[in-house]
Amino acid sequence: MDAERVRLLATGLVVADPGRCVQCGICSHNCPCGIDVRAFARVAGAVTDARCVLCGSCVARCPRGTLSFTLLRQWT
Amino acid sequence: MDVTRRHVLVGSGVAALAAAESIRQADSRATITMVSAEDVPFYSRPALAYLLTNELPESQLSIRSEREVAALGIERVTGLAEGLDAAAHELALSGGRRISYDRLLIATGAASIQADFPGAALDGAVHVDGLSEARDFVARARRARAAVVVGGGSTALELVEALQACGVATHYLMRGSRYWSKVFDAVESAIIEAQLIEQGVQLHRGCTVREAVGAKGVLTGVNTVDGRHIPCDLLAVAVGIRPRLELARAGGVATERGILTNEYLETSAADVYAAGDVAQIYDPVTRMAQLDTLWASALAQGTTAGLNMSGVRVAHRKRAPMNVTRLGGITVTIVGQVGASEDPDLLTLTRGQSERWMTDTDSWSVSGARTGDRLRVIVSGRVIVGAVVVGDQRVSRPLAHLVGEAVDISQLRPMLDANPNDAMDLLLSFCDAHVSDRTADHY
Repeated sequence: MDAERVRLLATGLVVADPGRCVQCGICSHNCPCGIDVRAFARVAGAVTDARCVLCGSCVARCPRGTLSFTLLRQWT
Repeated sequence: MDVTRRHVLVGSGVAALAAAESIRQADSRATITMVSAEDVPFYSRPALAYLLTNELPESQLSIRSEREVAALGIERVTGLAEGLDAAAHELALSGGRRISYDRLLIATGAASIQADFPGAALDGAVHVDGLSEARDFVARARRARAAVVVGGGSTALELVEALQACGVATHYLMRGSRYWSKVFDAVESAIIEAQLIEQGVQLHRGCTVREAVGAKGVLTGVNTVDGRHIPCDLLAVAVGIRPRLELARAGGVATERGILTNEYLETSAADVYAAGDVAQIYDPVTRMAQLDTLWASALAQGTTAGLNMSGVRVAHRKRAPMNVTRLGGITVTIVGQVGASEDPDLLTLTRGQSERWMTDTDSWSVSGARTGDRLRVIVSGRVIVGAVVVGDQRVSRPLAHLVGEAVDISQLRPMLDANPNDAMDLLLSFCDAHVSDRTADHY
């Protein structure tokens, strides 16, 4: 794992735009880490599960553009 | 004296679920009974589009865990609510069972309407409202060789996508000259249509079905008004939906196109509320009562209804109506007021649509840098009142914020007029500078 990847893992997370989400579950279905992304998106607005490796599968597969990466310091 | 309040919810869609959740949050002692025709776990109706295309297995449909559902303490009753005695506070189910309530929510949703041509009842002519019909559609699509889709809006293209995913030769018949003219301008329609053609869909513009024909009650094809015969073993109909008003009317509850409610989701009958696709909610700002078939609206309405049913007085605040959908593989965001024109493919409202989209306004538009991208912004005075974003979605979130919050863009407007091709960058910069939106800074 290169230094940039480590930096992103330490400082980034996947966040959800609740206005776009219809809780379809494609994000959870495609998560290789088995995280229930949909539940995190609904309850917390962000994937705060420590297993998340920021692979981007959920971000890429969401048909409504609900999920995106952001910096931890910008997420409150 | 027993003060436990008895809540009865009719329907099991997201409006009813949200109501149950807010009732339970406000009142841990209340009883909640949910009456619905479908005996299935809570699922997201828009997700059925992805079940149809096999992107999502049925096992992923449930939107609440067993633990969350158990914590709500809902008694679920499968049956058809067909009678309402509002004075006696009593609901009647088919089969004779009667259920008393202190507060009743009608969240019966909307149902597809039948096509307006002969033969629409043949075996093979289908529509998709709920999970059982989605299952049936998938089973039929897997056996079908050729299919015809009629109708409009996002529902018609969901069915087209499903058929394409199953490898079915698909004809999409449009009565009008272009796709979803109710919402899109000609350029936007053309982008979607080009994508469909590229995917192998056979588009028939200005093509009206005269009749569906069959043998021994089973569909074999459609005949068109201009004399063509298109053989098919599946006819998918998406010409619109209509709120299910039977229960409300049986109980003497005031209805128009939907069940009329005030901003507290109260109907004309005491202690009877309505939310979701069936509700036609009065907006004190616009002084209009309009229908809305957006999933997010149903969720918000259900939450507000549940609070009011529990005695917490909260007015429903209508947000800028927004839908994000995938049409022909292209992501499209529609937000706010985007204009209106005739659409012969839709006899009524379709799913995922708001009557508030339909207004006559001046619009201003620009095409994106890449083929297939399009941005249309509708400006009224100093604010952006609506937008359609096709393809590149970078600007859709900031735009939704500008529309929803009615942000004054008078400083931005001259730059947009002078440099329309830089609209995306200008809007993003404007949002960075003026909107404290944490989502604006992504990597």
